This record gives sequence, structure tokens and C-alpha cells, in this order.
Amino acid sequence: MIKRFFSLIFVVLLALVFLPLVTEIKPLSELGMTSAKYAEDGAAELGAANLVTSVVVTYRGLDTLGEVTVLFITTAGIGFMLRRKTILPEKKRRASEILKSGTSFLLPLIILFGVYIFVHGHLTPGGGFQGGVVIASAIVLLMLSDINMHPDHNILNWLESLSGAFYVIMGILGLILAGGFLDNRFLPLGEFGKIFSAGAIPVIYSLIGLKVGAELVGILNKLGREDK
Amino acid sequence: MILTIIIVLGILMLAAAFMALYLKDLLSAIIASGAISLMASVIYIILAAPDVAMTEAAIGSGLTTIVFLYALHLVRKKQEDKHD
Repeated sequence: MIKRFFSLIFVVLLALVFLPLVTEIKPLSELGMTSAKYAEDGAAELGAANLVTSVVVTYRGLDTLGEVTVLFITTAGIGFMLRRKTILPEKKRRASEILKSGTSFLLPLIILFGVYIFVHGHLTPGGGFQGGVVIASAIVLLMLSDINMHPDHNILNWLESLSGAFYVIMGILGLILAGGFLDNRFLPLGEFGKIFSAGAIPVIYSLIGLKVGAELVGILNKLGREDK
Repeated sequence: MILTIIIVLGILMLAAAFMALYLKDLLSAIIASGAISLMASVIYIILAAPDVAMTEAAIGSGLTTIVFLYALHLVRKKQEDKHD
């Protein structure tokens, strides 16, 4: 009872903290200086049709590198915590026929959709993170439908490390050949709105997609395998 | 019209949050917490943020739910082992 009372007080205090968001802050009628610069010059400077992508990958690319690093540390931590001996269980329920047939039909489509999301990251909404998660969900579907299927740990590790390293190399290439770290303009910008355009953005986003997908599959693989 | 949809979705999100907290069946609670993310992603689309909506739908309602289900499976198995 006392516990519930305290949590009620906590919720009320939290509501008081966020109250100014409703009462004080008015919607801005015009963009601030930084956002106006991004919105007006972004498309012409970087050649990416999706403005969010040009901010995430190039203008604020260093933050994205930080996010990818956080995800990497999370994977490493989970791998460390679940590093007990993995005994594969002998008796496990087999997947139903519906799940098996559905998986074999849906798997190529889901993987294709994930690849589409991160390859078209500079043209349409979405990008490396979203595409990576979609691919990881396809692999999870495969793991659920076939109980003996486990992605190879070494391949996942190599895929993740290589794409992470190439991501940083792309950033350094931008530093040497163009304006700064993670600048995409060392590759030709191409025609606006085409798939081979916006310099290095599609390459960087594909690398991020592979890295995120490999990491998430690794986490789920460890969770699903851990036994006893 | 749009405001009504957002308000209805917000109320549904609150209801799902209470269900996630107070349902005795853990499986239903996990599904309810996944539904919160799904409705949040619909709100993001209405607010013209499709990138955020995709992330929320894929990670919040897809991947997090799967991770929770795996965790529930492991916990149940350990409890059964203790009872034997």
C-alpha cells in the first residue's frame, strides 16, 4: 500500500516536471539558425533527397558513430553476461507446419525489404538502423521455424567488425579527401534523387545496416541458445 | 479529426500501459507493452516523422517484444527446473 502511494507521488511529480512542455512551449513559427541552414542548404550541399538522412549520416555523423558504439558495447556486455556453457537441449518442440511454410515464403521478401530500406536511406524514410532491425527480424523468424538453425557466431563477428571498421574508414576518407570527418562528398554526388547519388551516404548506411543487423542477430542468438 | 485520432491513440496507449503493469499473465503483459510502441509509431507518422516511426515500430514493438519473450521463456524454464 505504502509502495503504491509513493509511486503515485512519483508519477504526480513527474507530471509536474513535464507540465511546462504543455503550457510554456509554443510551436515555433520559423526554424532556428542551425535547422534553417540544414533545411535550406542540405539538399543542394549533400545531394540527399531525405533530409533526415543527411543530418543523421553527415552533419551529425559523429553522433551516429557514437550510437553504433553504444550498440556494440551492449552486444559485448550481453555476450559477456550470457557466456555460460551452452548445452543444446535434446527435446525441443518442433515448429508447426504453418510457421515453416510461412517462413520459407516470407523470408526472402523480408530480407529484400530490409536491404531496400538501407540502400534507399538517402531517398526514402528509413536507413541503416531500421533496415538492420528488419533483417534481424527475418533471421529470428528463421531461428523460430527451424530449431536446429543457429547463425554462425564467427561470421556474425566478422561481419560486424568489418562493417564497423569500414564505417570509420569511410569517415577518415571524408576527412582526407573532402571537408571533414564523415563528409560524404569524396564520392561524386550524382543526379539528385537517383539511387547512386549523395556521395558516400548509401555506402555508409549500408555498412551501418549490416553492422546493426549482425549485432542484433548476435544478441538474439545468444539469448535463444543460453540454456541451463 | 487528426487531433481526435491522436487523443484516442493516447488513451489507448495509457490503457495498454496499465494492462502491461497489472495483467497477471506475463505473456499478455509483454504483448500489451509491444502494442504501446505500435500506437506510438502511428502517432509519429501522423506528426510527419516517418523515420522515427519506422524505428519505433521495428525496435519497440518488434525486437523488444521478441527479447522479452525469450527472457520469459528462460525464466519459466528455470522455475520448472526448480519445482522438479
